[in-house]
Amino acid sequence: MSAPGTFFHAHEEDPVEAYQNFKFGMWMFLATEVLLFGGLFAAYFIFKYRYHELFVKGSSHLDWRMGSLNTLVLLISSYTMAMAVDAAQRSENQKLIRNLLLTLLFAATFLVVKGFEWIPKFNHGIYPGTDIYFSIYFLTTGLHLLHVLIGMFFIGLLAVRANKGRYNSENFGGVEVGGLYWHLVDIIWIFLFPLLYLVGSV
Amino acid sequence: MSHAHADEHYLQAKGFYNWFFSVDHKRIGLMYLLAILFFFLVAGFSAILVRTELLFPGHTIVDARGYNVLFTLHGAIMVFLFIVPGIPATLGNFLLPLMIGAKDVAFPRLNLLSFWIYLLGVVCVLYALVGTPWKDWLDTGWTLYAPYSVQSSTGVIPITLGVFILGFSSILTGLNFTVTIHRLRAPGMTWHRLPLFCWAIYSASLIQILATPVVGITLLLLIMERIFGIGFFTPALGGDPILFENMFWFYSHPVVYIMILPAMGVVAEILPVFSKKPIFGYRAIAYSSLAIALVSFFVWGHHLFVSGMSYWSRWVFSLLTFAVAIPTAIKVFNWISTLYKGSIRLDSPMLYACAFIFLFTIAGLTGIPLATLATDVHLHDSYFVVAHFHYTMQGGTVIGLLAGLHFWYPKIFGKMYNELASKVGFWMLFIGFNMTFMPQFLLGYFGMPRRYYDYLQEYADLHFMSSIGAYLNGLAYLFIFGNLIYGLFKGKAAAKNPYESLSLEWTVPSPPPLTNFDEVPTVEDWTYGYASEQNA
Repeated sequence: MSAPGTFFHAHEEDPVEAYQNFKFGMWMFLATEVLLFGGLFAAYFIFKYRYHELFVKGSSHLDWRMGSLNTLVLLISSYTMAMAVDAAQRSENQKLIRNLLLTLLFAATFLVVKGFEWIPKFNHGIYPGTDIYFSIYFLTTGLHLLHVLIGMFFIGLLAVRANKGRYNSENFGGVEVGGLYWHLVDIIWIFLFPLLYLVGSV
Repeated sequence: MSHAHADEHYLQAKGFYNWFFSVDHKRIGLMYLLAILFFFLVAGFSAILVRTELLFPGHTIVDARGYNVLFTLHGAIMVFLFIVPGIPATLGNFLLPLMIGAKDVAFPRLNLLSFWIYLLGVVCVLYALVGTPWKDWLDTGWTLYAPYSVQSSTGVIPITLGVFILGFSSILTGLNFTVTIHRLRAPGMTWHRLPLFCWAIYSASLIQILATPVVGITLLLLIMERIFGIGFFTPALGGDPILFENMFWFYSHPVVYIMILPAMGVVAEILPVFSKKPIFGYRAIAYSSLAIALVSFFVWGHHLFVSGMSYWSRWVFSLLTFAVAIPTAIKVFNWISTLYKGSIRLDSPMLYACAFIFLFTIAGLTGIPLATLATDVHLHDSYFVVAHFHYTMQGGTVIGLLAGLHFWYPKIFGKMYNELASKVGFWMLFIGFNMTFMPQFLLGYFGMPRRYYDYLQEYADLHFMSSIGAYLNGLAYLFIFGNLIYGLFKGKAAAKNPYESLSLEWTVPSPPPLTNFDEVPTVEDWTYGYASEQNA
């Protein structure tokens, strides 16, 4: 039934070319992510300028220790992700799987900490819409959270494929591109953390 | 149909699966073409209804709310479902790999995914527009301005979601084309031999990648505003509707260059072929596309001159908007210089290309009073604006699309249309279009505001004339598409290169084989080495 040129019968590509294309494509996609968050950052700065006091007050409800912990957790996860790419490039499959699972573990830790931050706020009746500061807080961290979840999905996929022995020094593009995405998720948090948690302290 | 696979051309595949699951850029381009032309006709029909309401003062066929629904229908379908995917998704998809000597785009499956995502977005948008009882049809206008879009009881969330999804499709297409142009050019196809259509698509793709996510987040915020009342766009909650306008136009102004740049690329391909002259100022045209893409990001503020904006912001945005005229004029002057002393053949693609230059120049020049602070106060939100952007969108993009469709028709379908009929159609369109929108410049100048279903007696004559023009305009499209469809069935077989173009897409058979090129071509010269008697 399926003929050449259809979804399951696309023509063969040169793997090196495909890898280069894939990596280039991901960089382009990261640019769109930066602009996506850029819109939110713009809204942040406009409202911060208008309602400075509100932002200082809102920020004082956040626990900077939890924020710092999550910053640390994400930074370490970026490190394990980088180690995973390195392992793939050296064809060290066990090390690759181990590092991918570690990255997943740290990502899950991030989610748990986030839960400990969000749930008490809901219990105190603080939601998006409570005031502009908390709208910004929930939207930025929520959109970031969504990206963590998407990242976890793809890292999980990489782990499953690594378990099947798909990656080696000849073929590591998937891991590397997944790593690029994960580092972006990390770096967005690096910007969010001071903007949301440390507003009043400067 | 019993050829071996290698000789099979892309149109020979039959059946739903072979098309709907096809990763071939030519089939995907053709499916996009069918989809967007369908929506063009639907949105065009709603424009006819709008103009019918405006035939006479007072209630003609609908009441005030009905009129809001009609122009929302027209604007939303034209913008989101027709003109944004527009030339890149159709001609761009079909031609880009052929022009650069590639077998396909960089990510064929992603390309198909873009099309599916487009269809998903279509479903959401249509649901918001016409999927509910008549009283719930969207009435916000396509711009979805806050605070009304926060308050309206109509389907704001479904259309916002739909446009968000369509944005994904647009981003992925732009990303795909960018990587394709960077990485898949055939040996010898250097940047400075790249056909100008590809330069134009490239520039438009960069805007698609960088501007679309901003409207994405804006629309998400609008959804959140309606669900949670986050307050960003609601003054009572400390927000600001003008923030919505800023964020909306940060995308929606650059997006007009997504629409127009590819049309400019089409014209740059057609002019040298039908003048038998090398394109004049190749590099100036190529880089002016990039320049337009760059400047497009810094002019959004001119939509807000009367919405509430500081004196200095207005001043700077006005100046930056004037700056767009420079790369645009560079293009126009180079196109005209290409015509100068050429051996001009006025076949229908060339007629459309020349009409593009004429109409787009009017569009550009009437943009200047809108970018000028003092005159904009008077002209803002008047019919002058309506006429101005229809000269860019219809006189520019649609005419450019038709130029491209007539030019590459023999390559795409392997058939020829009736040349005399296409010329008749062209003149109907040219007259109908100008008759529709030229009076609107005057209406706006005399003070007729846009988006009103009723008007004073003093505007009656010009409105009547505009509506009659719109009917002619609509008939012209039926005639033009009728001719093109007739050609599919009854047209004579097209030669490989009926217009004697030197570009790569004409070196393959018409219609092209499934894998485009038997072997990867090597390019040794640019594609514009035409010689006429004068410069031979």
